[in-house]
Amino acid sequence: MTGSKPRIAILDYGAANLVSITHGLAAVGADVVVAAEPSALAGADALVVPGVGAAASAMTHLRERGLVEPLRNWVRAGKPCLGICLGFELLFDASDEGDAETLGFLAGRTVALRDAPTLPHIGWNVVRAVRPHPLFDGIPDGSYFYFVHSFAPVPADEGVVVARTDHGRPFVSAVARGSLYGLQFHPEKSSDAGLRLLSNFLRLVAANAETNARAGAALGSEVA
Amino acid sequence: MLARRVIPCLDVDKGRVVKGTKFVNLTDEGDPAELAERYAREGADEIVFLDITAAHEGRATMLDVVRRTASRAFVPLTVGGGVRSVQEMHDVLRAGADKVSFNTAAVAAPELLTACAERFGSQAVVCAIDARRLPRTDGAGQTWEVVTHGGRRATDLDAVSWALRVVELGAGELLVTSIDRDGTRSGFDTELLASIASRVRVPVIASGGASSPEDFVTAVRDGKADAVLAASIFHRRMHSIASVKAAMAAAGLPVRPVGEAVA
Repeated sequence: MTGSKPRIAILDYGAANLVSITHGLAAVGADVVVAAEPSALAGADALVVPGVGAAASAMTHLRERGLVEPLRNWVRAGKPCLGICLGFELLFDASDEGDAETLGFLAGRTVALRDAPTLPHIGWNVVRAVRPHPLFDGIPDGSYFYFVHSFAPVPADEGVVVARTDHGRPFVSAVARGSLYGLQFHPEKSSDAGLRLLSNFLRLVAANAETNARAGAALGSEVA
Repeated sequence: MLARRVIPCLDVDKGRVVKGTKFVNLTDEGDPAELAERYAREGADEIVFLDITAAHEGRATMLDVVRRTASRAFVPLTVGGGVRSVQEMHDVLRAGADKVSFNTAAVAAPELLTACAERFGSQAVVCAIDARRLPRTDGAGQTWEVVTHGGRRATDLDAVSWALRVVELGAGELLVTSIDRDGTRSGFDTELLASIASRVRVPVIASGGASSPEDFVTAVRDGKADAVLAASIFHRRMHSIASVKAAMAAAGLPVRPVGEAVA
């Protein structure tokens, strides 16, 4: 970390709006870098995978830029990673959207929303906690967040589910497993509740960096 | 449950918010980014910028406005007006907008909607439909025709058929404006809204004619709109976003509370 500011790399693979997430994270105290190539990940404390658009073309862009393997190594190493919207869907095995094979960090498949009264699901909807999680610290359960999507992942492991949202049928709107987090909604577009969530994410990142530093120091003293 | 959205719309000319009637007698009302931030703080669920800059050189100015807005207003931002290509839409999204609204450009080149939806996803593609009532003929139901250029040009397109067509082409949301009601403060054309909203699955944003908080309620209840857009009643401080939402909540409509407590 540079000083006390967690350094967050936002993965740029040609997905549209990086401005909002960049400013959202900066507004809550992050040092943000936009990473369009693997080398830009060096020195980052956490990685954000943003994204709107289609899963298949997103995967093509990630591959073309050589970002898939670095991303895989990042998550395998247990470093903090937050997927947002399409970036959240990509964390799972595969997507029905364009029949794409996706990153496979979490077991499950992304499918079209069923029985949705309107599609795309655009607008502010209620996020209900399935279990308490530090990402939602200080945010009243049932708060509104901003969604823009037509697909949602169905995790194979219920244990990763943090929150659900109802649009015709309930779907999974937040997951967490260790330092890997995923949100179907856009915190950077969700006003105060969203900024609070981003701030909570930074705190988790800072805690993780501290733990690693301590583990590193302990390892160092053992070696010595 | 999905909240019904309340959306203030700002007309932007050469980088400044302007007020006027039917694009004439424009007066400078301030900085778009600053006003957008204020509306966001007051509970706006989304902000729409309508770029009415006539000159093409104004594009760079608009991108700067979008960039400055995205850095301080953390709610969704839609930009309409003047986008005529995939590249121009790309530029607007890269500057920090979430959606782009097409109006005249969609009528002139409908395939643009498809190209943009394929590149950026339908959710980023809004089609604005300006509609005018046609005289009723005996035995037939009410119909509306699509007009462009702020209502000055007729198109021969039936508004409901056009709505179905643009959704098929890739529009993920429809911004339906009644040109008869626009600027009149005589309430929304709920018949027009319901005719379209009952036939499409994408969200419909009601526009044109807002006068009172109750109008927002009827646009949703009778017009089946998912969101309601208004300009002058907010800019002239006749009603606040909070009072509109209070009326909607009192009528049993789901709204995102203004100033929701975040500890």
